[in-house]
Amino acid sequence: MSDGIGARVKRKEDKRFITGKGKYTDDIRMENQAYAAFVRSPHAHAKVKGIDASAAEAMEGVVAVLTGAQLTGDGIGNLICGWAINSKDGSPMNMGPWSALATDRVRYVGDAVAVVIADSQKLARNAAEAVVVDYEELPAVAHADRALAKGAPQVHDNAPGNLIYDWGIGDDAATQAALKGSAHVTELHVTNNRLSPNPMEPRSAVATYDEAEDHYTLYTTSQNPHVARLVLSAFYNVAPEHKLRVIAPDVGGGFGSKIYIYPEEITCLWASMKTKRSVKWTSDRTEAFMTDAHGRDHITTAKMGFDKDGKITGFHVDTVANFGAYMSLFSSAVPTYLYATLLSGQYDIHNIYCNVRAVYTNTVPVDAYRGAGRPEACYLIERMMETAAREMGMDPAELRRRNFIQSFPHQTPVIMNYDSGDFPGNLDKALKAADIAGFPARKAEAAKRGKLRGIGYSCYIEACGIAPSAAVGSLGAGVGLWESAEVRVNPVGTIEILTGSHSHGQGHETTFAQIVSDRFGVPIDNVSIVHGDTDKVQMGMGTYGSRSGAVGMSAIVKAMDKVEAKVKKIAAHVLEASEDDIVIEGGEVKVAGTDRKMAWHEVGLAAYTAHNLPAGMEPGLKEGAFYDPVNFTFPAGAYIAEVEVDPDTGVTKIVQFTAADDFGTIINPNIVEGQVHGGVAQGIGQAILEQVVYDEGGQLLTGSYMDYAMPRADDVPFYTIEHNTTVCPNNPLGIKGCGEAGAIGAPPAVINAITDAIGTNDLQMPATPARVWAALNAARAPMAAE
Amino acid sequence: MATISMTVNGKAVKRAVPDNTLLSEFLREHLRLTGTHVGCDTSQCGACVVHVDGRAIKSCTALAASLDGATVTTIEGLANGDLHPMQKAFNDNHGLQCGFCTPGMIMSGVDMVARYKAEGRELTEAAIRHELEGNICRCTGYHNIVKSIQQAAAEM
Repeated sequence: MSDGIGARVKRKEDKRFITGKGKYTDDIRMENQAYAAFVRSPHAHAKVKGIDASAAEAMEGVVAVLTGAQLTGDGIGNLICGWAINSKDGSPMNMGPWSALATDRVRYVGDAVAVVIADSQKLARNAAEAVVVDYEELPAVAHADRALAKGAPQVHDNAPGNLIYDWGIGDDAATQAALKGSAHVTELHVTNNRLSPNPMEPRSAVATYDEAEDHYTLYTTSQNPHVARLVLSAFYNVAPEHKLRVIAPDVGGGFGSKIYIYPEEITCLWASMKTKRSVKWTSDRTEAFMTDAHGRDHITTAKMGFDKDGKITGFHVDTVANFGAYMSLFSSAVPTYLYATLLSGQYDIHNIYCNVRAVYTNTVPVDAYRGAGRPEACYLIERMMETAAREMGMDPAELRRRNFIQSFPHQTPVIMNYDSGDFPGNLDKALKAADIAGFPARKAEAAKRGKLRGIGYSCYIEACGIAPSAAVGSLGAGVGLWESAEVRVNPVGTIEILTGSHSHGQGHETTFAQIVSDRFGVPIDNVSIVHGDTDKVQMGMGTYGSRSGAVGMSAIVKAMDKVEAKVKKIAAHVLEASEDDIVIEGGEVKVAGTDRKMAWHEVGLAAYTAHNLPAGMEPGLKEGAFYDPVNFTFPAGAYIAEVEVDPDTGVTKIVQFTAADDFGTIINPNIVEGQVHGGVAQGIGQAILEQVVYDEGGQLLTGSYMDYAMPRADDVPFYTIEHNTTVCPNNPLGIKGCGEAGAIGAPPAVINAITDAIGTNDLQMPATPARVWAALNAARAPMAAE
Repeated sequence: MATISMTVNGKAVKRAVPDNTLLSEFLREHLRLTGTHVGCDTSQCGACVVHVDGRAIKSCTALAASLDGATVTTIEGLANGDLHPMQKAFNDNHGLQCGFCTPGMIMSGVDMVARYKAEGRELTEAAIRHELEGNICRCTGYHNIVKSIQQAAAEM
């Protein structure tokens, strides 16, 4: 089937987007719609002593000014973190209270204390300016290391020393002992810079309360509308689930930041009930920088030991993770089970220990952003490997080869059980595609132009297909992470797939149709994908953690198995053959080895006409399935960055970027490569451009695209993409996932290349021109003194 | 209030709007042409690019009142029936993912191809990347956007 698995099918969903007919949340306008604007704290930390809304309330067109006291008075619950992590001593994590509208204390710049509802957005924003809040400023702390220092300002009363948890994994004593006995130990101090996810569509919500039905409808920018409904209902007490419909229409990118249910959605729903108006809120970009969950922000000290042959003996890691002012929905899992469990990388390491201290600061909450924990792990390991190779005078590719895991399944000392892979093959493919043999000549040619050319490797692994419910449940997750699907074959043979996955750029309307076409032989144009609406689609878990292929498609396959079984029964009955002899081929249902057959649509019709079905069979052709994975999946690959540094300015140009990935089965190479392109660009952004900056007092200094450097078209090259596929043995299609790889693998490759070019290992992300210039000149200084 | 007359996508329109109405708001809120998107508030992201009197501008930074009498083309009005070669190229080359920046990318792409053609300059890969300085995409890593514009430039 030409549109089936592996075909480079053009996207079905493109037409509406390229003609301006996409339907995003901010494009929706309800009858009688009012607009919300939030009154936000200008202080990083303050007591709220009073709110005077009288001037705002008196403005024409202002419907209401609502405060946190009213919100909590109506029983709206605090925001929660859904993954319980205990400290090493067994004590539970210290989760501080987080109200959608702060009542007595604000804890970061942008923390909302009130909301203005007005007839227009401009009126609402002007009126929000007129709300007078009496703040008593408190000392603030913005950086994780300072938050742990003695005498630091306390963000939450129930988290002494700002410590949320002090968690560990692995064998500390054995790892220390292994390091002691090592021939060589490399020590690194790395920061993983704080990032803002920045989907191009700002968050938005349109909430409508139907008084007659006592029912709420929320249009919102969500990656997981069912999870939003569940949390809004079960924890925030907005409405019971059957009285709340959540719709995530076209969503303009997420990258993790649209997983969470934020104060604004809660407030809009509640405000629509209070005001009996539809309430719309759309973030502007500054508000997005100020309130969207940030990512990364780790400080790590680590030691890796090697024996005389370059075999890793042990890996000891100490990480401090900045959680911001409140614990966001999945925040606790990111630096623990999504980070420390990947610290074995692609290597056979017997002794690993990782300690993680999670801390509060007076900054916006931090949660999963593309990769979530795995980029932090990969960056640490791959900087470590490259640095160690340089210190030991070894080829960095050879050092990696000596340590690669070669047989599967492989149990690491930090929970994960890798199921498949070909790590040497990935590296070989990348080295060949990057023309490694030609590098010395390219370096010499660059030198003639006065440029420093460097090359850097990164061999990443990630755990995707999030997640086996039993495994994550035993580790503290509050929800299962299965996925659901329903396959509806209509009487005319067209097919609707209802999926709990949500596409916000991933192209599900095309790839999900491809697997159906592949299975049943129907053209992809006869398959439609329904998602993103809790009234239409059964409970599902949504899209994040590169899970829509490995988990979402697996659910569809499971439902298709059931459809196929019924189709065979019906066809066997109509064609008077044995069920075991029925095959589905090329859009036809046939008796194998004969010319007896039915067209696909004839079987569909037969299922619904019902007077000629096998005795006892229910009419209809519609099957559902819930798929719970048995293991994570483990995409892996090798990335090679080649850079040129201008020694006079410190400006880095990425001149070549090569990726060789193992994603398991690929449904549509166009879409998979597009995911790698985008992920790599975000990884390059983290490596050389992006950094959320708070000053010591907790003021956000990067609140717009004038201050926060997004990767632009001339910051990145054309990428070379290779695939080296080993099939995932644990799901029906053999898929591993591809959504996060680029953002995970790229940053260390780029930094390894820059440090190769400038001859020093002492460089932190983002490697801005100023930092590179300073590092280069610090490295040169001893030579100058000679 | 200001009364604004414009030709938008070939149709004459007239609306009385507040003086501080931006062109992006005029298009989205008053004409309900929601294909023009607003992705930032500092004229950086380019999701709002439209053509005014044949030139690409950022509609989030222009007051509607300053464009009385102008001829405006938005993403909705780019093609007559069939897709414009630039729109087709974005579909052919997987030049979009979430689609939010896409209208601005396409409108900027059409403008740069037309300008370079008019000036007799070659629209090289480097030139395309330079010209996209004012259009941010977070999904595609620009690879397929550049390819799309290259294809359309050859066809336009």
